[in-house]
Amino acid sequence: MLTAFAILIDGLVYAAYLFIVAIGLTLIFGVMKILNVAHGSFYTFGAYGAATAVGIYFDRGLPDAGGFLLMVLFAMILGLALGLILERGVMRLVYGRDEVVMVLVTYAAFLILEDVVILVWGPGSYATYQPLLAAGNMEVGELILSNYDLGLIVVAALLAAASYWALKFTRYGMLLTAVIFDRETAAAFGINVRVVYTVTFVIGAMLGALGGAIMAPKIAVTLGIGVEVIVLAFAVVAIGGMGSIEGALVGALIVGICRAAAVHLVPQVELFVIYGVMALVLMIRPYGLFVRAQPRKI
Amino acid sequence: MAHGGRIAASSALLAAAAAAFVLPDWIISLATIAFANGLVVLGLIVMWRAGLVSFGQAMYYCIGAYAVALIGRWTGVTDAVALVLIGGACAGLVSFVVGFLLARYREIFFAMLSLAFSMILYGVLVKTESLGSTDGFSVIVPTFLGYAPHQEKLLVALYWLVLAVCAIAALLVDMYLRSLAGALAIPVRDNEIRVEFLGMSVSRLIHTKLVISGLLGGMGGALAALAVGHVDPNMSYWTTSGEFVFITILAGAGSVGSAFVGSLVFESVRSFAFAMLPQLWQMLLGSVLLLTILFLPQGLGSLIVRLGWRRNAGAP
Repeated sequence: MLTAFAILIDGLVYAAYLFIVAIGLTLIFGVMKILNVAHGSFYTFGAYGAATAVGIYFDRGLPDAGGFLLMVLFAMILGLALGLILERGVMRLVYGRDEVVMVLVTYAAFLILEDVVILVWGPGSYATYQPLLAAGNMEVGELILSNYDLGLIVVAALLAAASYWALKFTRYGMLLTAVIFDRETAAAFGINVRVVYTVTFVIGAMLGALGGAIMAPKIAVTLGIGVEVIVLAFAVVAIGGMGSIEGALVGALIVGICRAAAVHLVPQVELFVIYGVMALVLMIRPYGLFVRAQPRKI
Repeated sequence: MAHGGRIAASSALLAAAAAAFVLPDWIISLATIAFANGLVVLGLIVMWRAGLVSFGQAMYYCIGAYAVALIGRWTGVTDAVALVLIGGACAGLVSFVVGFLLARYREIFFAMLSLAFSMILYGVLVKTESLGSTDGFSVIVPTFLGYAPHQEKLLVALYWLVLAVCAIAALLVDMYLRSLAGALAIPVRDNEIRVEFLGMSVSRLIHTKLVISGLLGGMGGALAALAVGHVDPNMSYWTTSGEFVFITILAGAGSVGSAFVGSLVFESVRSFAFAMLPQLWQMLLGSVLLLTILFLPQGLGSLIVRLGWRRNAGAP
């Protein structure tokens, strides 16, 4: 029973992390049909930005709440700038090319940005544990849970609700839905698809950076953190169905719970259980769980 | 390759083989790795022509390498030719089995599923303590039909072996690309339903391509394992697959030879970048990739084709 509860909590925490990382990726894919490898860079920049913010703010005796705010703000601004530069400077040049070519363009951007990180922040690693300490712990039964982890679940849930609301009930969200369904028809109806692309890419970048910022206190912010995140986010998005927000949520939950179960019950399979689940889902539903069937073009 | 192309390729091969007598050791070992990786790229080109891009090709590379390392360790077989053939066969077998599933997928979904498989292998290898976990383990020193060279001689022998395997593979793949099944690759990419209507089984065509690229990937990995003398799970990580796709883009899928030229260019750029700008080598690679995609969408190979065109157009 205790194990089951621990699996549930760990799974939810991990799922929250995965969802926050994956939502930006799935949004960009849904609208622009770009599998964005540079999402790992957004994550990295967000994490480094948050580490910088924490370094500036904490240990000065200021109220903790401001520190959390500054962390997120710093990362979001970095994401905004990075997304804008990448979309306006690079992606714009390759719209309309093959999907796979666009993956490679983002891969190139990822490689370049990996070294930009070294140029800006240096090769050393940053410890960003202060927010984790500031949040404190909580005892539930025999388990000691970090409030920060529980906060992560709340943030992910809020993000899911907010994106649902934004897509279904705001003007921009409805435009976005139209573009997701059919770009050409949407353009024919007078939607400025270029602007939608730019805004989507920037939002996706900011979400990626947010993921990095939120995770920064839980990991050592060091070189190469983006590399693993990319494939993890890919797996989640592929399971849920690429481009689907609810898919990302369900995918994150499935992967999170499966991984937590593996960690607690059979630790040997921890590393590949995620990809095992992904392969299994894709075998049964090739396009993921939540995706409309595509008509065949003859 | 037309008749002229064959002559050019053979003379390039002879020049490359003769170069072993004059070039310094480090260039020889760089070229050995580059040509071994070129085999994997050749496999990617076979699929690329049918519109498929695998982000998990490193799996076959890794299987070939581990097969060589394990067989050397367990059975004591040290013959390089046998080891390479076994490595290729293991990877080919896996690609045959996995192919029943993969052949049903296209585009980005194909890329993702192959990525998943390679990451599963990575996870298994990292968690297998008896195979050295993340450190991997070393590979035995190979012999060549009873001949057991050392140091520089081993280097040259391996280089020649790689060249021989590459030459045979290039010739066979070139024949395949010219055959009916190979020629149907481009129609499959353009519109596979029409190919089905013509009475061809697209999934069988693609399955064949998967096995070919798996075989080539396995042999490339086997040769790389012998050349480096060490295997580790990173051979199956997605960044390794990314590099192979990178080289494919750099080379272009125009001809068989471009795989090896592209691989050599890539390995040289990487070595130089790594030596000159250790902090910025990824940036340099990324820029090269970006510029290639933007300005040479058909790859380096298209430069040669374009030059030939101009010459032909200029002739009276």
